Amino acid sequence: MLVPISWLKEYVDIDLTPEALAETLTLGGLEVEGITHIGEGWARDKVMVGQVLGVRQHPQADRLVLANVEYGADEPLEVVTGAPNLHVGDRGQKVVLALVGARLIDGHAEGTHYTVLKRGKIRGIESAGMVCSEKELGVSDEHTGIVILPDDAPVGKPLADYWGETVLDITLEANMARCLSVLGVAREVAALTGKTLKRPEQVTPPAGTPIDGHVAVQIADPDLCLRYSASLIRNVEIRPSPEWMQRRLALAGMRPINNVVDITNYVMLEIGQPLHAFDYHQVQPLAGGSVPTIVVRRAHPGETMTTLDGNLRQLNGDMLLITDGSGPVAIAGVMGGLESEITAQTHDILLEAANFQYINNRKTAGALKIPSEASYRFGRGVDPELTLVALERAISLLYSYGGGTPAQDYVDVYPGRTPDKVIDFRVSEVKRLLGLDLSAAEVAGLLRSLEFSCEELPGNVLRVGVPSYRLDVTISADLVEEVARLYGYDNLPTTLIDDQMPSQIPSRDLALEEHLRDVLVGVGLAEIITYSITSLESVAKLSPEGALPDPAEYIRLVNPLSSDHEYMRRTLMNTSLETLAANLRYQERAALFEIGNIYLRTEAQRLPDQPRRLSVALAGARAERSWLGQSDAMDFYDLKGVLEVLNQRFGVSTELVRSTHPSFHPGKAVDIVLDGAVIGVMGEVHPTVVSAFEIEAPHVGLLELDLEAFLGAAGSLIKFKPISRMPRMSEDLALVVAEDVRSDEVERTIREAGGALLADVVLFDVYRNAQLGAGRKSLAYNLTYQAPDRTLTTEQSAKLRERILRQVAQRHQAELRA
Amino acid sequence: MLAQLQELLDQGRASAAALTTAAQLDEWYSTYLGKKGALTTVLRGIGSLPAEDRPQAGKDANTVKVALEELYRARSEAIEREALQAELASGALDVFLPGRPASLGMMHLSSQTLREITAVFSRMGFGVLRSPEVEDDNTNFQLLNIPPHHPARDMWSTFYTDQPGLLLRPHTSPGQIYAMKKFAPEPFRVILPGKCYRYEQVTSRSEMMFHQVEAIAVGENITMGDLKGVLTYFARAMFGSERKVRLRPSYFPFTEPSAEVDIECYLCEGKGCPMCKHSGWLEILGSGMIHPQVLRNGGYDPERYSGFALGMGPERIAILRHNITDIRYFFGNDLRFLEQFA
Ligand SMILES: [Zn+2]
Repeated sequence: MLVPISWLKEYVDIDLTPEALAETLTLGGLEVEGITHIGEGWARDKVMVGQVLGVRQHPQADRLVLANVEYGADEPLEVVTGAPNLHVGDRGQKVVLALVGARLIDGHAEGTHYTVLKRGKIRGIESAGMVCSEKELGVSDEHTGIVILPDDAPVGKPLADYWGETVLDITLEANMARCLSVLGVAREVAALTGKTLKRPEQVTPPAGTPIDGHVAVQIADPDLCLRYSASLIRNVEIRPSPEWMQRRLALAGMRPINNVVDITNYVMLEIGQPLHAFDYHQVQPLAGGSVPTIVVRRAHPGETMTTLDGNLRQLNGDMLLITDGSGPVAIAGVMGGLESEITAQTHDILLEAANFQYINNRKTAGALKIPSEASYRFGRGVDPELTLVALERAISLLYSYGGGTPAQDYVDVYPGRTPDKVIDFRVSEVKRLLGLDLSAAEVAGLLRSLEFSCEELPGNVLRVGVPSYRLDVTISADLVEEVARLYGYDNLPTTLIDDQMPSQIPSRDLALEEHLRDVLVGVGLAEIITYSITSLESVAKLSPEGALPDPAEYIRLVNPLSSDHEYMRRTLMNTSLETLAANLRYQERAALFEIGNIYLRTEAQRLPDQPRRLSVALAGARAERSWLGQSDAMDFYDLKGVLEVLNQRFGVSTELVRSTHPSFHPGKAVDIVLDGAVIGVMGEVHPTVVSAFEIEAPHVGLLELDLEAFLGAAGSLIKFKPISRMPRMSEDLALVVAEDVRSDEVERTIREAGGALLADVVLFDVYRNAQLGAGRKSLAYNLTYQAPDRTLTTEQSAKLRERILRQVAQRHQAELRA
Repeated sequence: MLAQLQELLDQGRASAAALTTAAQLDEWYSTYLGKKGALTTVLRGIGSLPAEDRPQAGKDANTVKVALEELYRARSEAIEREALQAELASGALDVFLPGRPASLGMMHLSSQTLREITAVFSRMGFGVLRSPEVEDDNTNFQLLNIPPHHPARDMWSTFYTDQPGLLLRPHTSPGQIYAMKKFAPEPFRVILPGKCYRYEQVTSRSEMMFHQVEAIAVGENITMGDLKGVLTYFARAMFGSERKVRLRPSYFPFTEPSAEVDIECYLCEGKGCPMCKHSGWLEILGSGMIHPQVLRNGGYDPERYSGFALGMGPERIAILRHNITDIRYFFGNDLRFLEQFA
């Protein structure tokens, strides 16, 4: 909200600088986001109010004139101007005169370019100054004519003192609806700076005939219309509003229209009560009646009306209307109708000051997409007590600036009147919630400065009367906040929780996830975090056929930002591959991992399952290229190495079976199985899928693992195993087996046969050749024998070896290679 | 005999001095001390001496043998030493070539920041919990004192799903409800980190996805002073102990009183600059004393218990600390960005 400080000063004395005032307001909860100084650059001795003494034709140019301007100096100054609003023969206008050296904005250039006014000759005539447009002064973009100031502008006065202004841009939170007006802000300023609120002087017009019998108001839906007050003002002359009012409206961000509309807006900005003016003679009586009648009711289904902006609006039964005998004349608190609009021909007006239920008003303004200053205020809550205050202010202004005579009295229907709010406030709450020791008298002092009434009751209780405009205050905690706010958050004590330390909450699951990050970083992977919101097209790239997944399985957003981010992901694979592709565009290797949730629709429960997944994606060289040579491309076995590290570090025994997952190379992928259930998949990505993701690399490794299952199986606290100090014996065994024999199973057999004395087994060579014959391979294992407590004899190790060979021969038909 | 031995020794000594390689030394050894060497030949002659001369001759021969062996040992060491010297002299590396590249992994900057935040709160006794990202309207809004169509709803631009009542949480505050329901009626302190989503165009300053950390403490004696203490401790731990911190009144429907927390702008040190919109302060988080109705919704008696809650964005904090100019880098996952924080 834009608040000119001069306006604020009509309600409260301010002796702070604008910056200090802004700071005070910000620390009081009214965040000042910006301060605009208008006229800051107007040098006091170079830009001033002038008066035209005469205008004559420029001798050398048809379109230029010479204006003789008096500005308080000994001699008037003649300046050249081409302004279309100064004519030969004019005199008396108050203008803005700038002298040589004044810093102004170039009126002819696009945007804002400052120039310094220089002495010069225009078509042979010496000019030592100029009369300025609004654009040249930086007030607006208006540059078609020069500024004509009000007749009472004091000649010779520096413009900065006459027209300069400082405007605060205040951001108000939803609970600060009471401050959506100059008065509201002034009230806070008064409380925060220890001043007293004052009221601007206003004229009380002589009252005309009573309103009784000329206007009737019926509220058919009192749940949505808490109060409806109206006044009738006759013989208003429609004309522009006074310059100062137009200027304030413009500073506050509203466009001046005519005196009636401007006054309704002015009062709204000043007091916070939206007003609406109808052309009285357009308001029709009800059927069979003769008194123009306003009926406030919900719209009938299918009803329509044309609003002020010329749009035909479809209404529904939840929307509140202001109607008359002929139908809707306004959408309550949102926008008026075209038919009853104030026009140049209007002379009698019906002025509405009403109060509408805020949630309903918000819904209507939202549904019709009509954001207006009125609904902005109604939608946050307006004090119902304001209607007559606002009417009184508007009537006074209409009398002063439109000559209108108000009818005596108002029509005032007030079904939503609520009893005054009273809170019995235990002063000890201040200590309990703020840690602050204040006496009842101190608390009462703070609250009274905000216009709360306070009566001290026995038992350290204050009976607090809440002002009608404090719609946000209903309970003790709200008063605690007011105390804190006025006392100053900065002045509250700073303590560390004095309470006993609650028992520790072990979050092993999250600790394991962090450990997992460390392990993955340790094996050289870089962590990525991709969007959880994806598209079916992106997921489709995971299928070699490019098949779109079934949308029914996905949680879809009804208000996505774009079709690229519309569905909640069920896998991390596609975004991992996209990230891999993006990085491989500028580097030769990338090895990535992501830990994140997926989202699975469930019928049984309301919230979807949101389990964590791990993905690993890698491609490119195993190591960065260097002068030491180029390393091989990463492949399946790099990925498998990662899985083995995870199994080892987390004490999980996963098993592998060949996978038929369509995203993978059919011969280079495995399902990861835990306790009989598939908990993941890993392998080299199918070449068609690799192309679909536009990755250029010989092998692309991809792993996805269900972390809930994997981490759920992680071993608990590791128990120490003693280390043998006895000598080790090592030997190599080359076993020839059929091609389809799995080396991991051979190794398992070796370990089982070797038992406790077999300390380690390493497969160190695999080869095939003609000598072995087709369909056979040689697996060379290095075995280490070691006993925990003694030196093994050669006989003992030979026995072990015999047992191992017997077992592998039996189970795998393995032969010892000669 | 003695003369013969003496000559042998003189010869051996003279020829040993000229030896430079291990092979020459081996040859020298067999010439003088080998099984068929000169000394053996001389020794054989001892048998033909008169019996009374033999002991003296044997003694002399042994002296010469020991001397020759000593010669051999000394020369052998010298040659080894020279060989090592020569090897070292020729084996110098170009130590100015680059090293072999190590393949290092790293955590995402968001994860690193989250971990740091967790550590700071952990020092103050806060545990860690999580709550769902896809959330229901009731927990996300209504139990937090935000009824449907309430003006405060404008504070969160929310993604809604095709399942009525389900949305992507725009803040971690619904975690307060989970935490309270889990621990009521015991006092507790936890943080709840996680992803949040907002229906906001992605620009250099706003993201549709981001992380938040909610911290909440409930107990019988918890005051706003404690909130200030925790916030000050946190801000100093994250931003440096000299950094000024201020609280100013704000509004959240689920806290009363509510406070926004600013730290002194680190770019201009509070003097005012475009980064801090010339205020000298940077907003880092929102906080407040838990609203009595929310305490009640979580299972606590607000007459007896009080608590505070605060919420912050790790990306925002990382942006401020590392002077990052564009929030889109976080989930753009460009390794050239991520590696800067490895
Ligand atoms: Zn700054």
